[in-house]
Amino acid sequence: MSNLSSLSYYIPELIMISAILLIIILDIIPSTKSYTFNLALASIVASSFFLCQNYGESHSLFMGMITLDPFSHYFKYIFLFATCSIILISRFDRQLDRKYASEYNALLLIVLLGLFLMSSSVNLLMIYISIELVSIPSYILAGMLKNDKESNEASLKYVIFGSLASGLMLFGLSILYGITGSTDISGISSALQIIEFPLTIYFPLILILAGFGYKISMVPFHFWTPDVYEGAPTPITAFLSVAPKAAGFAILIRIFYTMFTVGGISEGAVTLDGINWPALIAVASAITMTLGNLLAIQQKDVKRLLAYSSISHVGFMLMAFVFISPEAVRAIMLYLFIYLFMNLSAFYMAIFASNKLNAHVIDDWKGMGKINPILSAFMILSLLSLTGLPPTAGFVGKVYVFAELFKHQQFYWLAVVAILNSVVSLYYYFSIAKAMYLDEVDTPVEAVEAHPVIKWSIILFSAQNLLFFIYWEPLIEFIDNSIHLFGM
Amino acid sequence: MESSILTLLIFLPVAGALLMLPFAKLYGKENPHIYKWIALVTTSLQLVLAWVLYSNFNPAMSIAESPFTVQLDWITHFNIQYYLGVDGLSMPMVLLTALLSCICIIASWNIEKQALGYFSLFLLLDAGMMGVFLSMDFFLFYIFWEVMLLPMYFLIGIWGGPQRMYAAIKFFLYTLFGSVFMLLAMLALYYYSDPHTFSLITLIQTAGSIDAEIWGMSVKYLIWISLFIGFAIKVPVFPFHTWLPLAHVEAPTAISVILAGVLLKMGTYGLLRISYPLLPSEVVNFSYILAVLGVINIIWGAVNAIAQIDMKKMVAYSSVSHMGYVLLGMAAVVSESPEGAQAGLNGALMQMFNHGTITAMLFLLVGMIYERAHHRWIIFPQDYKQPELAGQIAFGGIGAKVPVYTAFIAMAFFAGLGLPAMSGFISEAMCFIGGFSVFRTLTIIGTLGILLNAIYFLRAYQRIFLGPLNEVYKDLTDITGRELITIIPLAIIVLWFGVYPAPLLNMIAPAMDGIIQIVQSVI
Repeated sequence: MSNLSSLSYYIPELIMISAILLIIILDIIPSTKSYTFNLALASIVASSFFLCQNYGESHSLFMGMITLDPFSHYFKYIFLFATCSIILISRFDRQLDRKYASEYNALLLIVLLGLFLMSSSVNLLMIYISIELVSIPSYILAGMLKNDKESNEASLKYVIFGSLASGLMLFGLSILYGITGSTDISGISSALQIIEFPLTIYFPLILILAGFGYKISMVPFHFWTPDVYEGAPTPITAFLSVAPKAAGFAILIRIFYTMFTVGGISEGAVTLDGINWPALIAVASAITMTLGNLLAIQQKDVKRLLAYSSISHVGFMLMAFVFISPEAVRAIMLYLFIYLFMNLSAFYMAIFASNKLNAHVIDDWKGMGKINPILSAFMILSLLSLTGLPPTAGFVGKVYVFAELFKHQQFYWLAVVAILNSVVSLYYYFSIAKAMYLDEVDTPVEAVEAHPVIKWSIILFSAQNLLFFIYWEPLIEFIDNSIHLFGM
Repeated sequence: MESSILTLLIFLPVAGALLMLPFAKLYGKENPHIYKWIALVTTSLQLVLAWVLYSNFNPAMSIAESPFTVQLDWITHFNIQYYLGVDGLSMPMVLLTALLSCICIIASWNIEKQALGYFSLFLLLDAGMMGVFLSMDFFLFYIFWEVMLLPMYFLIGIWGGPQRMYAAIKFFLYTLFGSVFMLLAMLALYYYSDPHTFSLITLIQTAGSIDAEIWGMSVKYLIWISLFIGFAIKVPVFPFHTWLPLAHVEAPTAISVILAGVLLKMGTYGLLRISYPLLPSEVVNFSYILAVLGVINIIWGAVNAIAQIDMKKMVAYSSVSHMGYVLLGMAAVVSESPEGAQAGLNGALMQMFNHGTITAMLFLLVGMIYERAHHRWIIFPQDYKQPELAGQIAFGGIGAKVPVYTAFIAMAFFAGLGLPAMSGFISEAMCFIGGFSVFRTLTIIGTLGILLNAIYFLRAYQRIFLGPLNEVYKDLTDITGRELITIIPLAIIVLWFGVYPAPLLNMIAPAMDGIIQIVQSVI
């Protein structure tokens, strides 16, 4: 589709772009400075509205640079939801400096725009630009606490690891361009089908995997995760743990299924001849979940613990990525959806704890069950869900991932590794539960209420764990309708 | 009405737990009475429902014919059903669960600390237990199986003894370790059977035809092993039993009763409900190992119990020993003589029920003496806080002070060691008769367990209740009315089934015959 006619399918992004520019202008004028928060939220609501308008359609936009398909739509809903929630929460977070609220909101919207592009890019150049558009504002956001040493450290580490990863990826992308002469992923795909020497494909494949692996914090590209998660402002940590990860998976699925398979996502598709990337992913998945879990056991800091736990969840999701079938994609998409809510609610609880109680390490959480019984009960629900125990949605997500292994009757060793990991994860998640309920508190505690926005966010996000456990069929139907990638 | 009774049995406690929440707002969390009463009314209603179910229950009917069966689609594309049913295998377990839940609420009447949490978690636990015994869909079964873990973790961890936190997480980790293997087995059964289904009734027909290999081993064999790990940890079978003494000792009295009375039975129930009918040929191959493990349990549990100087730990190890009888009886299903197989399997299920009632009595009675004396040592340990008492007999001669209590505990002890005219005798004898028809030598070794059981029960009885009165306990008060309410129903059942076990046998025999038929057909 030509550039001009593409614009009519590009309204959500256009709204965001105008909102970003408006926020920057409003921030300069003292009397309008306070409207930036409302404007940011309004732009998200407006773009969600326009996004819903063309759900189900598939188009190639801007001369084949990006696409519009139900698959990218699904992820865009996730990004919009996460960003909206984070902007809302950040306003009531005490850690952040109110002075920089406009910059903060503008940066978040830029990341959102980048995430939108990431989920819909089908051209190597666009892929690289979109990833950078997500990464660079994220570096700044991680260092948003100017006077906090750890925040600065987080930002710097993020920059260094991020640059390295994108450098590697860029190298991989350029090799691909070199051997195929195309930047369009479907063009590359058809060129790769006839290449007989597998090593030429393996090399860029691994480099590209490094770039994406860094985005989703897959071992061994995870080193930045704990430090950045610990140092960044907690709302940003919560954001980084869900939205860019979801985008990383979206792009991983799109690129790998388009370029490195024969038959795309359809039933019966196989990998390129001689390129056994599923085995590579299987090993990465096993190492990611095991390392994430083992390191999480020793953590004392709640945010750091959640960082390692998020690494192990990535390992779980990768477990479904070793298969090329619509059901495998469905399992990942379902898991991401559930993970979004359970992880956000756990992080919001950490925000509540650090804001109101100045509690950062697990031992500080002692007596939480008495300090705020309602939120603590919901936190237990989220912890159960993160562990993957019924009656929670986390269990449903895990069952769907495990089911893939049995459906394809392959990689049973991965199943054994994964279940042992879920037992290990129980131990550290419940060290939080133990502090909240079991440990004796010496001093008398008094009840502390959370801000209503934080309180209801935790309650609602946690409650979905029950809701989507009791009946998740509509969710699966929605996801099934969304597994339509353009050109596959 | 008939089809909703099973749903009510499961979800009545959930409703009770939810009902407590508005009261927490009205009366505050500190006032325990309202929660006690809600819990008591709920569990009593559940008991009445279970009785109604029992009086309308026809043992000859299969799950498919039974009017109580509920079968609704839940998640259609995964073929998960809300499938509840009751047969001769689950009926005694349902009665046991309802009875012990109600009794345990009365036994927990003294709980003051965080009463809202205690009673609501207890009711959730109750719902999970009921669900396990009534589910006929593997997915549903698994969910209820796991749902029990969380309330149990908190009930041990918050209201337990000094080592409660360690005991709670150890219990949680052990059982989760077992159940994740069960999850794999469940998914394997689903995907290898044709048509794909979680229905335990359909799988009886289809699971047998699974014919595939993983890593050079038959899938059915691996499924059996995975299921066995899951169930064996719950029973607990010998090498997996180390969580049990700790959890039982640290848990508050009522929770120990539930642990020993109901939760342990779930392991053997799972074997009989899932492993036996679905994988009969593996049962045949595995029966010898099952019998060996059973005998090890009998001897190992009893020998450990002899070595204990803590009453509760002694009772806990006696549970390990008594569950060994169940395993031995279950292994006898391969017997060539039909009478042997019947005696073994019926004896195993009866032993599950009888041990549930006897061990409940034992834990309740030990709990009562602990409440009065604040310790439950038979002999003070060497490192006791008062060094002059270390190694001394702790009680002694209190039989004269508390005669009613002594009478009941004597009865419980004798029932535990398998004295005739008590229910334990009949079921243990049947397990041995069944076992003897197949595994002669093993069963003879196993009967030593009876002797060993007698040693620790009688010795404990002598040390605590006989001899000259220990002056420290001259003010010991006898059993109260509330405590009598918890003990008398159990005592009546133990005596009744000891003299006249026919009602129990009639209830379970047709279902057990069905299992025997399935297993015998593959020999």
